[in-house]
Amino acid sequence: MERLLRRYGAVLTGTFIALTAFWLLVLVLLPNFTMLESSFRPYLPAVEIGGQKDFYSFRNYLTIFGTPFDTSLLGMHFTIPLRILIFLSTIFYSALVTVITFILAYPVAYYLAKIVSPKSLPTLFLLLFVPLWVSEILRAFAWWIIFTFNGPLNALLLGLHIVDTPVRWLGYNSVIVGLVYTYVLFMVFPLYNAMQSLDSNQIEAAENLGSPWWRTHWRVILPHSKPGIASGAVTVFMLCAGSILVPTILGGTSVQWFTQTIQSWMLEALDWNSGAAYAFILLTLCIVFVFGMMRVFGVKLSDIAK
Amino acid sequence: MSAGIDLDDVCCDFGNFRAVDHVNVDIQPGEFFSFLGPSGCGKTTILRMISGFTEPTTGVIRIGGKDMKGQRPNQRPTALIFQNLALFPLMPIWENIAFGLEVRGVDRAKRRKRAEELLELVDLHGAADKMVSQLSGGQKQRVAIARALAVEPSVMLLDEPLSALDLKLRQHMRAELRTIQKRTGVTFIYITHDQGEALAMSDRVGVMSQGKLQQVATPREIYNTPANGFVASFVGENNILTGSVQNPGGGMASFVTPFGTFRARLGEAAAGQAVKLYIRPEHMTLSETAGTENSVPVTVGDVSFEGSFITVQGITENGTQLIAELRNDGSATVPAVGSKRSMTFDAARSAILPDGIKAGA
Amino acid sequence: MNKKRDYLFHLYMGLFLAYLLIPLIIMGGASFNDNKVPSIVPWKGWTDRWFIDLWNDDRIWIAFRNTIGVALAVVALSVPIGTAAAILINSISGRMRAILYALMVAPVLIPGIVIGVSTLLFWSAFHVGAGLHLSVLGQVSYIAAFVMLLVLARLQSFDMGLEEAALDLGASHAQVMRRVLLPHLYPAMAAGGAIAFFQSIENFNITLFTRGNADTLTVYVFSKVRTGFPPTINVLALLLISVTLGAALIYEVFRRRRAAIAAMHEAEGRRAEEAGIA
Repeated sequence: MERLLRRYGAVLTGTFIALTAFWLLVLVLLPNFTMLESSFRPYLPAVEIGGQKDFYSFRNYLTIFGTPFDTSLLGMHFTIPLRILIFLSTIFYSALVTVITFILAYPVAYYLAKIVSPKSLPTLFLLLFVPLWVSEILRAFAWWIIFTFNGPLNALLLGLHIVDTPVRWLGYNSVIVGLVYTYVLFMVFPLYNAMQSLDSNQIEAAENLGSPWWRTHWRVILPHSKPGIASGAVTVFMLCAGSILVPTILGGTSVQWFTQTIQSWMLEALDWNSGAAYAFILLTLCIVFVFGMMRVFGVKLSDIAK
Repeated sequence: MSAGIDLDDVCCDFGNFRAVDHVNVDIQPGEFFSFLGPSGCGKTTILRMISGFTEPTTGVIRIGGKDMKGQRPNQRPTALIFQNLALFPLMPIWENIAFGLEVRGVDRAKRRKRAEELLELVDLHGAADKMVSQLSGGQKQRVAIARALAVEPSVMLLDEPLSALDLKLRQHMRAELRTIQKRTGVTFIYITHDQGEALAMSDRVGVMSQGKLQQVATPREIYNTPANGFVASFVGENNILTGSVQNPGGGMASFVTPFGTFRARLGEAAAGQAVKLYIRPEHMTLSETAGTENSVPVTVGDVSFEGSFITVQGITENGTQLIAELRNDGSATVPAVGSKRSMTFDAARSAILPDGIKAGA
Repeated sequence: MNKKRDYLFHLYMGLFLAYLLIPLIIMGGASFNDNKVPSIVPWKGWTDRWFIDLWNDDRIWIAFRNTIGVALAVVALSVPIGTAAAILINSISGRMRAILYALMVAPVLIPGIVIGVSTLLFWSAFHVGAGLHLSVLGQVSYIAAFVMLLVLARLQSFDMGLEEAALDLGASHAQVMRRVLLPHLYPAMAAGGAIAFFQSIENFNITLFTRGNADTLTVYVFSKVRTGFPPTINVLALLLISVTLGAALIYEVFRRRRAAIAAMHEAEGRRAEEAGIA
């Protein structure tokens, strides 16, 4: 603080603090507190707000246990609250997408960091960045075109006589494909950054000592890439769990994502209090996931957010 | 134009660490004054206090007789030349030099003209529109000096500005700095750990150790009559003998060691303190026969021929090593290793000195 | 052995790029197909009618104007905020710094939908209704973090001695800021501004909850999901891709030119060094 004053004087220091305080308080902290507060209050018509019925309770949170739903998993039939099912399947599919993006991205990152000649790197990066610049909604839309009933994928499969009748693709499978496509680059770049900082001599030393390629990856490259894996995994998982566009566009009617539940509370039922409660559940999930990743990979927050 | 600087009982603490400890020194207007000492001795802190980046914990700093307390760096009549020069990399050379004028609201044409004049002064005409990255180390040095001179400071503060240069350029720049100082008449305060620089350029030198000013004197006095053991051994080489003092009187005393008793000058403030005997290698002579006074029989150990002088290592009967540095006048003979010789020194050119002023003392 | 391995890697990279780019090509190609549904099969012949339809679509022009307006407002807010925050956090240390840093990067890790909901609720408590102004504030809350991270990285390469040198030469704090620190930060601030602009344009999650009745391009496109996308969306996509690609290429050309000039200057400095020693 004293250092700040000495370096920048009172007026500038005051400006910096004011701008930062506006950001962190007015745009970040207070809105989240408001959300938390209103998630404990009932949804009431405007005239009754502040009245007798307006008291704190967990009612909004408990609605997640309502609406029993029959489903089956691995041949077992059971009943589970619908929104719990949606919540769990959102987590499951987001984690699945995270794993798939990691498998797809790992060789790409390794190729960029250690194999390709540095001269062609800028060109490759330019090509990789193109889809990143195209907005998420258009990336999802591109796959919608491919997956659509009379679309090119069915046309190709029919043409090759792999299928006899067009397939209805839209569902969880197409959502997974769309999410992987949309977010795979968020796995590539952190991995690349981490691998790039690894001294190539270490890889050569390992090979020189007779280590087979898979062991070199397992014992040298993978451990070194830990911060990148953590960063990529957090980013991809959060984007997946928080996505509205991809499940809506590519999911058709059979897919239910947790964000869609929040969306229907907020924009269709206009029950903002329940919406706040569900949004807070999602936020909690994300916080737990971030801290879990930091624990598992032994990295700091500054390694994840770069 | 130039101003004197008065440090009056100045202390500076960083937490529990006392970086500068009761420093008193009066620097005259137009003087070239150096603070000399090893890294961490507090000399840079003194410079930062004079320039206003650090406030003294206690004590008063006066520039031109005026108390500088509470005056910010941009309000003081000082210009600082940084160790890494701190030239603005995004401005062309002339804007760098004229920056001090720009912030004082001097108009552009005048600024440009003044920058060109200063470039002339430091022998860099034609470099006005270049960028900093286009210059060599020595040229950057001169730009930094010109930039500092542009604000017409009464005091120039230089923080080891030559340390990044290679040896040859450094020696050239010493002379150049001295010339510029004499030409402008500005008070120069120079910080360095290089004794050669301090001795060659300064009117007076302040030797520092552990935050304490050990001695303030002319380069000659610092070298010939060091005030204490720290100054003696930091500036130049010494043979250092341990022993005890006997029969002090008339500025002289006897010094008893396991291999003989010697007469030597008794330094001031040596009374009642732990003392050692200091003899410079170049004041030690080597002969085949023993001298009348202050003579030690030695066996010649290592001999190294260094060109302008020859270093001879002699070992006394109890194993103490003494070094003699003999001038090579072209006919000097190199003694054989293992031969018996005597090492002799002049009583007036050796000194019994206390160890040095310690922090907290 | 290594040759074979490299060959496999090249092949994989090629396939990966194809996987990334082919969907976009299909989407772009469909904008020229004279077919009422956006697809490249069956191909019913070339047409420019979707371009004309897009041109004549008033709603999309309004959405376009809104999008640009929101993006500019987001840039105007997030660049100063992110820069101030970066300078602030760069000058403090210890626990306070760790806490502030965590607070600043948190919005990047919060799902957009949560930001959207919380922004809407917070401002409605002050009777500020939904609308694009809330979209701007919601977007700034996480986009400012990107600017902060970029500027902070740039600050790490800043020599604090330059600030002191300027102060010592008599500059006021404001002059130091304007002439020394900000010029050093401009590249990072410009990059931050560009990222803020594009992030804002493609933002959907926050905008959906805060927009009120106003349209932005992403929301407009999304509103077509239920009705089935008209091929005008493909044209829009094609145009957006072309514009961003063009901007990226121009940026790259400028970047290379600047790098070349810097390299030339450094070479000259080295030559001066050698000449000085000789």
